[in-house]
Amino acid sequence: MRSIIPIAAPDLEPQSAISAEIDAIAGAAARAGGDETQPRLDYPPYRSSVLRHPTKDLHHADPESVERWAPCFGNRDVDPLESDLTIVHACEPLGERIIVTGRVVDGDGRPVRRQLVEIWQANAGGRYVHKRDQHPAPLDPNFTGAGRCLTDEDGWYRFVTIKPGPYPWRNHLNAWRPAHIHFSLFGTDFTQRLVTQMYFPGDPLLALDPIYQSIADPNFRERLVSTYDHDVTIPEWALGYRWDIVLTGSTQAYFEPEGSDL
Amino acid sequence: MTLPTTPGQTVGPFFHYGLPYDGDRDLVPPGSPGAVLLHGIVRDGAGVPIPDALVEIWQTRPDGTVPQEPGSIRRDGWTFTGFGRASTDRDGLYAFSTLAPGPIGPRRPAFWAITVFARGLPDRLFTRAYVPGPDLDDDPFLAALPAERRGTLIAATDPQGYRFDIRLQGQDDETVFLRFPGR
Repeated sequence: MRSIIPIAAPDLEPQSAISAEIDAIAGAAARAGGDETQPRLDYPPYRSSVLRHPTKDLHHADPESVERWAPCFGNRDVDPLESDLTIVHACEPLGERIIVTGRVVDGDGRPVRRQLVEIWQANAGGRYVHKRDQHPAPLDPNFTGAGRCLTDEDGWYRFVTIKPGPYPWRNHLNAWRPAHIHFSLFGTDFTQRLVTQMYFPGDPLLALDPIYQSIADPNFRERLVSTYDHDVTIPEWALGYRWDIVLTGSTQAYFEPEGSDL
Repeated sequence: MTLPTTPGQTVGPFFHYGLPYDGDRDLVPPGSPGAVLLHGIVRDGAGVPIPDALVEIWQTRPDGTVPQEPGSIRRDGWTFTGFGRASTDRDGLYAFSTLAPGPIGPRRPAFWAITVFARGLPDRLFTRAYVPGPDLDDDPFLAALPAERRGTLIAATDPQGYRFDIRLQGQDDETVFLRFPGR
């Protein structure tokens, strides 16, 4: 059955109103001159954040022993096949096959070894396999869109997937999320936990998106945009994207791995 | 050398098929010897339960040592890995079956290290759920907190274990969230 094309609700604000707020915050941040390396927790253009962000300052804490360690994951947790999101079903998913790869390092540039990376994403049409996704784009019976891997001994991860599509949401009238892949990462310390989103270069929706723009400093938010890498591209098979990830500094002493069989 | 950290982003509304997994919230089988329930409701600034939040815990063993064993994703029922993950339900409730953490040092109170994610929350938040007990009074970290909000970090005992509600936004009841050095 053909879906009815939804008519935009009149109560939603236009993109111009959201963009004006985004620009005002970015302008004030630039004038203040401070490095805003992280998203603002209080960022009204992202409307659903209004009642969901803390209003008090975060309280400084020195990490205690348990917080200087992170959960440990291993081969028993992750099947190597889970890093290929295109082989989960009987047939190949629709869309542009891509490889996404990069290194996970800490703030001192040390590789985060043998640690868990999880991803999830929409399909090529911009639809998530999720009951709350009502976007009238087709589901792909050959694509679920969730994957996992462990980084290697030098901090590298690598996924094979398809390029996700942009999708509409109801933050405001005619709101569209730029194409992105959600990433979840652990470091060597509990305090390095990171959940973020990777974007694609040249996406015109980045400038309009209040989630991406919640990092007020362009030099830092651009770190969420992958680069096309022709050396990662595999001839006649898949395009390659490179995206490196830097976690906060680790407090753990750095040990060279024993043995060198890898 | 300190490299610029990759920024965080919201976990969004569609994490439910990416992050949860079978057994994610059962660090030990429910009802097994020593098992306690750690549970609570995640609420927003209006006091409304949040049905699309995700809570992770990381903890010591009852003897205070830190687990470093794999197996949190494919649990074998015998290995205590110290890590768990629970998405909230339609009532905003999360729940873990786990062991009570042990003290992190002499006269240092035990706590669960907690990470909170939610749709509408631009970045993850860290907090701690302290196990109630006499050592809380002497703890320098807790002593430095505003008295009216200290209680937001202390779990309450209940018949099955511990109750720890999380308030993302509020007045004195807003949970104390943490900033660690380096970020």
